[in-house]
Amino acid sequence: MSQAWSAPLAAVGRTALSTLAGFGRFGEFGASVARSFRDTSTWLRLVALQMARLGVESLPIALFIAAFTGIVLALQASYTFTGAVPLYFVGTLVGKTMILELGPVLTGLALAGRVGANIAAELGTMKVTEQVDALETLAYDPVAYLVVPRLIAGVVMFPVVVAFADAVGIVSGWITAINMLDMSTAEFVRGLRLFFLPFDVHYSLIKAASFGLAVTAMGCYFGFTTAGGAEAVGRSTTRAVVVSSMLILVLDAFWAATLL
Amino acid sequence: MSIELRDVHKAFGERVILEGVTLEVREGETMAVIGYSGVGKSVMLKTIVGLLEPDQGTAWVDGQDVGSLAREQLYELRRKVGYVFQFAALFDSMTVAENVAMGLRRIRGMGEQEIEARIAEALRLVELEGFQDRYPSQVSGGQRKRVGLARAIATRPKYLLYDEPTTGLDPVTTAVIDRLVLKLEQELGVTSIVITHNMESAYRVARRIAMLYQGRIRFVGTPDEIKQTTDRVVRAFIEGRPELAQEAAA
Ligand SMILES: Nc1ncnc2c1ncn2[C@@H]1O[C@H](COP(=O)(O)OP(=O)(O)OP(=O)(O)O)[C@@H](O)[C@H]1O
Ligand SMILES: [Mg+2]
Repeated sequence: MSQAWSAPLAAVGRTALSTLAGFGRFGEFGASVARSFRDTSTWLRLVALQMARLGVESLPIALFIAAFTGIVLALQASYTFTGAVPLYFVGTLVGKTMILELGPVLTGLALAGRVGANIAAELGTMKVTEQVDALETLAYDPVAYLVVPRLIAGVVMFPVVVAFADAVGIVSGWITAINMLDMSTAEFVRGLRLFFLPFDVHYSLIKAASFGLAVTAMGCYFGFTTAGGAEAVGRSTTRAVVVSSMLILVLDAFWAATLL
Repeated sequence: MSIELRDVHKAFGERVILEGVTLEVREGETMAVIGYSGVGKSVMLKTIVGLLEPDQGTAWVDGQDVGSLAREQLYELRRKVGYVFQFAALFDSMTVAENVAMGLRRIRGMGEQEIEARIAEALRLVELEGFQDRYPSQVSGGQRKRVGLARAIATRPKYLLYDEPTTGLDPVTTAVIDRLVLKLEQELGVTSIVITHNMESAYRVARRIAMLYQGRIRFVGTPDEIKQTTDRVVRAFIEGRPELAQEAAA
């Protein structure tokens, strides 16, 4: 009886322990980031570069996704509303959905795969090839040099990218509405403005900033804790993408519960 | 001021690597460290600059206990120490010049012109003039090592730790690097540790040679002393005769 139970119990125990150890390591990482923030002379001049890189990396994919999402939203809205609801509600649905949910979340998920993976692979490679150690020996704090600029770039640039994505999604919804649905620009704009609140935009951008932090923090954390060789870099990259995607969905629900 | 290891122990999980390493490198001296592959030479060198923390024991550099230093003090100390990595560890997103400049940019008040001059000087010393604008992926393995060496010496540190600076280099380039090591010792009074597998190199550059064996320092002595040692383990190693070591074990 006790033997039958011990194996699964031990497995549960091991998982719990390794999860706790993971939290512990992440806590340490967070503490070192907080400490390294004070080393402004190291990270300040690197922020602009990271912001530019992140923007260039993310805008094409974010805008591509937003454009197609706008088309689909417009078409599905008109399909859903047949008869019962006035057609100008297509504008409402496209605008609200794009700004509140799909702009930030789809962009966030795509960038988890693009930006998060990139960071984890780059830092992981630097770790296993001793470039991080080399920074140490040259008297650079590697966290201040590598992590802090990327976190700041994420928090600042994700909202910028999401703002563009929201706008492109709405424009493509509008183009779809006037070309493929029996709607005029005036109708679309009327729907768009109907339930619009300036708060919606804040909400979208706050979400985006938190996703930016989640994606870059996971990329940096899994990159920095890589140990081994090329295979380990691959593992870290996958983990960074999976965990930051999950975090995005959790944060999404969190903001909906707290801000709406 | 010197470099000193006192009873340093280091294990990775169950695997014990260092079991009480004690070694003193005197001021202005070049000490060669030899030993079988995997014995822990690189691990030993990393404990000296605090890249690895000993489980027990202490490392002293410039009169300071490395393990007891706060971060700022540790970085201050590292400015005085040049470290040449076994596998170069070049920043591959940067050009050769930017790699070499990294340490120089940490020196307060050094202008761009002086940095450029120092880069050119360091590259000349390792015979890589004109390599400034290449990327690490565009140079050969031996050239990468020399860029790593240039990066370490560019700041003119008081202490230099070389992890196999000449492994994989041709005989002539090896001699050039050996001469550079000697020159740094003689002209700048640098205190250094050179890990090497090349006994010729060790004899050429080192004031004394230490052998790391089974987690401890098995032997320390001048090149003449090591050539005349009766310790079969050491002889087996320096003469490349495994049968001697087997006799010693038996
Ligand atoms: N960070 C680490 N984590 C786990 N094990 C390590 C780590 N660094 C080194 N080791 C282990 O310690 C042992 C000694 O490694 P080290 O690199 O010091 O050898 P070495 O004497 O420099 O050998 P070589 O002459 O081949 O460079 C090896 O077995 C290595 O696997
Ligand atoms: Mg080694």
